[in-house]
This record gives sequence, C-alpha cells and structure tokens, in this order.
Amino acid sequence: MTEPHITVRDLTIAFGDFVVQRDLNFTVNRGDVFIIMGGSGCGKSTLLKAMIGLKTPASGDIYYREAPFWASDEADREQVKRRFGTLFQAGALWSSMTLAENIGLALGQYTDLSQRQIREVASYKLMLVGLAGFEDYYPSEISGGMKKRAGLARAMALDPEILFFDEPSAGLDPITAKRLDDLILELRDTLDTTVVVVTHELASIFAIGNNSVFLDADTKTQLATGHPRELRDHHPDMGVRNFLSRGEAEATSA
Amino acid sequence: MTPASLTRQNVEKDTATLVFSGDWLLTSDLPGLAAVLESLNAEPRAQRIAFDTASLGAWDTGLVATLVALRRDAEAAGIAVDDTGLPEGARRLLSLAFAVKEREGARRGPQHTRLLARVGEQTLKALGGGRALLTFTGDVVLSLGRFFRGKATYLRTDVVQHIQEAGAEALPIAGLITFLIGMIFAFVGVMQLEQFGVGIYTADLVAIAMVREMSPIMTAILMAGRTGASYAAQIGTMKVNEEIDALTTLGLNPIDFLVTPRVLALILMMPMLSLYGSAMGILGGMGVGLIMLDISLVQYVQQTIEAVSLNHLWGGLVKSVVFGSLVAMAGCQQGMACGGSALAVGQATTRAVVMGIVLIVMSASLLTIIYINLGI
Repeated sequence: MTEPHITVRDLTIAFGDFVVQRDLNFTVNRGDVFIIMGGSGCGKSTLLKAMIGLKTPASGDIYYREAPFWASDEADREQVKRRFGTLFQAGALWSSMTLAENIGLALGQYTDLSQRQIREVASYKLMLVGLAGFEDYYPSEISGGMKKRAGLARAMALDPEILFFDEPSAGLDPITAKRLDDLILELRDTLDTTVVVVTHELASIFAIGNNSVFLDADTKTQLATGHPRELRDHHPDMGVRNFLSRGEAEATSA
Repeated sequence: MTPASLTRQNVEKDTATLVFSGDWLLTSDLPGLAAVLESLNAEPRAQRIAFDTASLGAWDTGLVATLVALRRDAEAAGIAVDDTGLPEGARRLLSLAFAVKEREGARRGPQHTRLLARVGEQTLKALGGGRALLTFTGDVVLSLGRFFRGKATYLRTDVVQHIQEAGAEALPIAGLITFLIGMIFAFVGVMQLEQFGVGIYTADLVAIAMVREMSPIMTAILMAGRTGASYAAQIGTMKVNEEIDALTTLGLNPIDFLVTPRVLALILMMPMLSLYGSAMGILGGMGVGLIMLDISLVQYVQQTIEAVSLNHLWGGLVKSVVFGSLVAMAGCQQGMACGGSALAVGQATTRAVVMGIVLIVMSASLLTIIYINLGI
C-alpha cells in the first residue's frame, strides 16, 4: 500500500537569486491525497509548478517512482508528464474552444480514437464532474465553479496516474467546494489515482488529505510532513499547530 | 455643523491635554497637526498626552487618522499617550490600528533611481529584449519546420479563423486607407507634373508608389495596429489565465499551437492585402486623375499598365511578406513574454504595436537599399 509514488529530494526552488523554498524532502505514496499547505505567498504553487514540469528547480530533484524528473532528458520528461493531469487555479480552459474540444485536444493528440469516440469520452468525463449536456458551451458561458469542474474533466481526459490541483476550492461556495472534495476522493478510490493538492482551506485539508507537507514563508523551508490531523494535534512546532487550528493551538497546549 | 478645532491646554504639569471640539468629519475642514506637534516638541517638553473630547461632535476617519498620526509621532518622540479621554469607538479603532506591529523593513519611501542607473537598466532591458526576440525567432523557425513535416499540433479551424481575421475582415479598412492614399498621391502628382505639362505621368507616380512602397507599408502598419495588437492581447491573456501552462503540461508546444498558425496566417494574407491595396490605391488615383486631367480612362489605364513592371510587383510582394512575418512575430513574442497581470497585457499590446511599426520601417529602409543595389 505504501509504495512511494513521488519523492522530492533536497529540492530548492528560486527565482534568480530569490529563494522561494529550500531543502524540501518528502514522499507521496501511491493512492495518497497529498496536501501542500502553508500561508499565502510561501511558494505552494511554485512547488507545484516544479512538480509538473513548468519551473526548473535551482537544485535537487523530484523522483517519479524511482526515476529522476529534472535530471532526465526532455523526451523522457514528456513521457512522464503525459501521465499527469493538472487542474489550474481558475480552470485555465482554452477560451477559443468548447468544453468538449478542451477535453478532446489531448485525446486527439495521444490516442488513435476517432472524432466520434473522442466526443463520447469527453461527454463521459463531463458527466463524471456533473456537467452533462455542456459539451458545446464555451468557457466564458459558464460559472467559475463549473469552469473548475470542466478543468477537472480535462485533467482527467487521459486517465492520469497523478492528479495535481492548484487551490481547487478557492473562490467556490461551501457546497460546491464540498462536492469537489467528494469528487477528488471518489476519483482516488475508483481510479486509484494519486492526488496532490495545493490548498490552505482547512475544511478541505482535513476532509480529503491523508498526507501533507507544511511550507513556511519565514524560514523558507518545510516545517512538517505527515497526516494533517497528526500535525494539528501532536506537532512540536506552534506555527504548524496554529495554522491547522485557525490560531487556537496556543490555548490548548500552552 | 460646528467647525472642528484642536487646542492644547496644560491642566497638569508634564501633561498636554488636547481638546478636540466640533465635528471631526472627512468632509469638514480639519485643522492640521503641525501647530500641536510643534508645541509638544517645544520646551518644557510634555511627558504625557491626554485627550479632552467633551465638546466633540460627530466624528469619523477624519478624527481617527489624525489620532493615528499623532500617536505615531508622539511615540517616536518618547511621549506617552493616554487614550482614556477618547470616545470608546475611537479608542478601539486606534488600538486596532496599532494591534499589528509594523513589519521590520517593510516601509519604503518613494523610490528614486539615479539617472545613470536608469539608463543602464533600460539599456540592459533593451539588449535583453533583442535577445529574447532572436530566441523567439529561432523557436518559430524550428516550429515552422515541424509544421511542414506535419509534426506540429495545432487546430485547423484555428488557422482558418486567423486567415479570416487577418484577411477578409481587414479588407474594408485596408481598402479605404489605400484608396485615400492613392488619391493623395494623385493630387500631389497632378499639381506638380501639370506645371511641366506632363500630367499624364501622374498615373506612373501613383501606380509605382502604391505597388512598390505605399501599399505594402500602409497595410503592414495597419495590420500591426489591428492584428499584431490582437495577437499580443490574445496570447497575453492566455498566459495570465494559465492557459499556456495548461498546454505545456499536456505536452503541447505553445509555439506550435498558438504562434505558428498566426504567423503563417499573416504571412499568407499580407501579400494579398498589399495587392488589393495597390489596386485600390490605383483606383483612387485614377479617380482624381480623370477629374483633374484632360485625359481619357483608356489613356490612364494604358499609362498605368506601362508604368508597372513585374519587378515593381515582386518587390512589393516580397516586402509585404517580410512585414507580415515581422508584425506577427512581434505580436506573438510580446504575448508570450507577457507578465501575469491585466496591466501586463496592456503593456504587451502597446509594445507589440510599437515594435511592429519600428520593425516595418527599419526593414523597409533596408529592403529599399537592397533593391536599389540589385537594380530592381
């Protein structure tokens, strides 16, 4: 069960001379819902970008199974990336294409399916995220929550082994956010997908996460890694406990 | 409304009591702090500040902002502030404002850069921009290679759409402008050439100027403002929305997918627009010529046909192909280099147009010199 899927070793990410996070070391196991958390501006999204191949790290590497990601050549990296699905913060749907075309683009690129089959797969993916019947809508015609769900449908197009989420519940109402959380768990259980989520929504963290890393903006490194509930109750660092209990740790443990 | 006033009384030794009276509203004429601060710093110095607000009327941020400024200055001067004399609400707002300590080193004044440093920065930026454009050109050339080997991923419907936008939809405006330019040339030609009794050569002037220089340049400048800007804005917005990242993570090359179809569309459409513009310009010139000169339509047409050689035509078409690729590249490059905000999209659009027009004029001069040396 606890087979390591993603291993981050001595990873440092920086913009030029400005270090965002240094010496990150953590392991995401197969089937985990892994949370990357931390205060605003601590580099959560940048770490995600390094993991999905958008931002070259300053040093260290990320290992998918046992293979190094950034140390391998570009063709190999493309192969690894093909097994990822990513949901960006605002969905990032391609605005000149309908939802079905958004989902179908990768299918047309990497499979030999006919146009009709692609359309059927797109319909099925849209049904999974509760958007049945919206195949021919353009992204500008649907709401923010629907865009996120459509973005998820697109991320799932190629049945990825790993799904990455950048702030999935930001800007959603509680009910929609809850539904998205349920959907993430459902996908993990049925498709055996490993899920990596960047978020600071406590409700989501405890509802779906079973493993996590906590990034700190001041020390610019990770303070903790493990199950979010464990960290909240037993981690020695006050900052971590405070974060996970909305600043109420002081009262209970002091 | 009672006017706001602020006076200082010395009830006890060492304590300056500040009396606030009247309505302290943002909309009222508030007294400044300068007089009070000066008196606080004068000898003998007060150790404490207290407040008397018995005759204070209505108040809002106007009062609290004054109190905040007062307290900050007092604390800096080592004078204690006793806020018990303030209204309950003002006291709480004041303590809320000072609840979170100012972060060490966070404050910064207006930033001044020395002239020399600024010149240096701008030069480095310009050099960097030139390098970026060269790198981008290389990327596009490689992408064109993939395109013609059938290895690039793009949407055919996208290409058709871009051709439609850069071609058919630009016809009315391109036609209008070149038509008017043709007329202007004809006016100038008729005025000058009639003095020598060779008004008929107006036809030569208009035809050669339009086919060789004016139509390619004018349509290109038009397309820089129209299509180049729109490319920069489209791609820049996609960048802001992370749509480009989404392409990259799927293993799709954004240059193949977004840039090459646009560049090809403009390279393909620009010579056609230029040809059409030449025809419209000659038509405009013909109108003026026929009205102002005593010649027939057949004569004018005959003169025009004799004036325009195949070399003029090819020269103009080659120019428009060069301009088209430059305009498209400038637009796409600025879009791809766009930062992550709405402001950046605006800047990218502006830069795309400026860069496009500069590149057009520079390459036009260069090509003219080359043509002259080749005897075209």
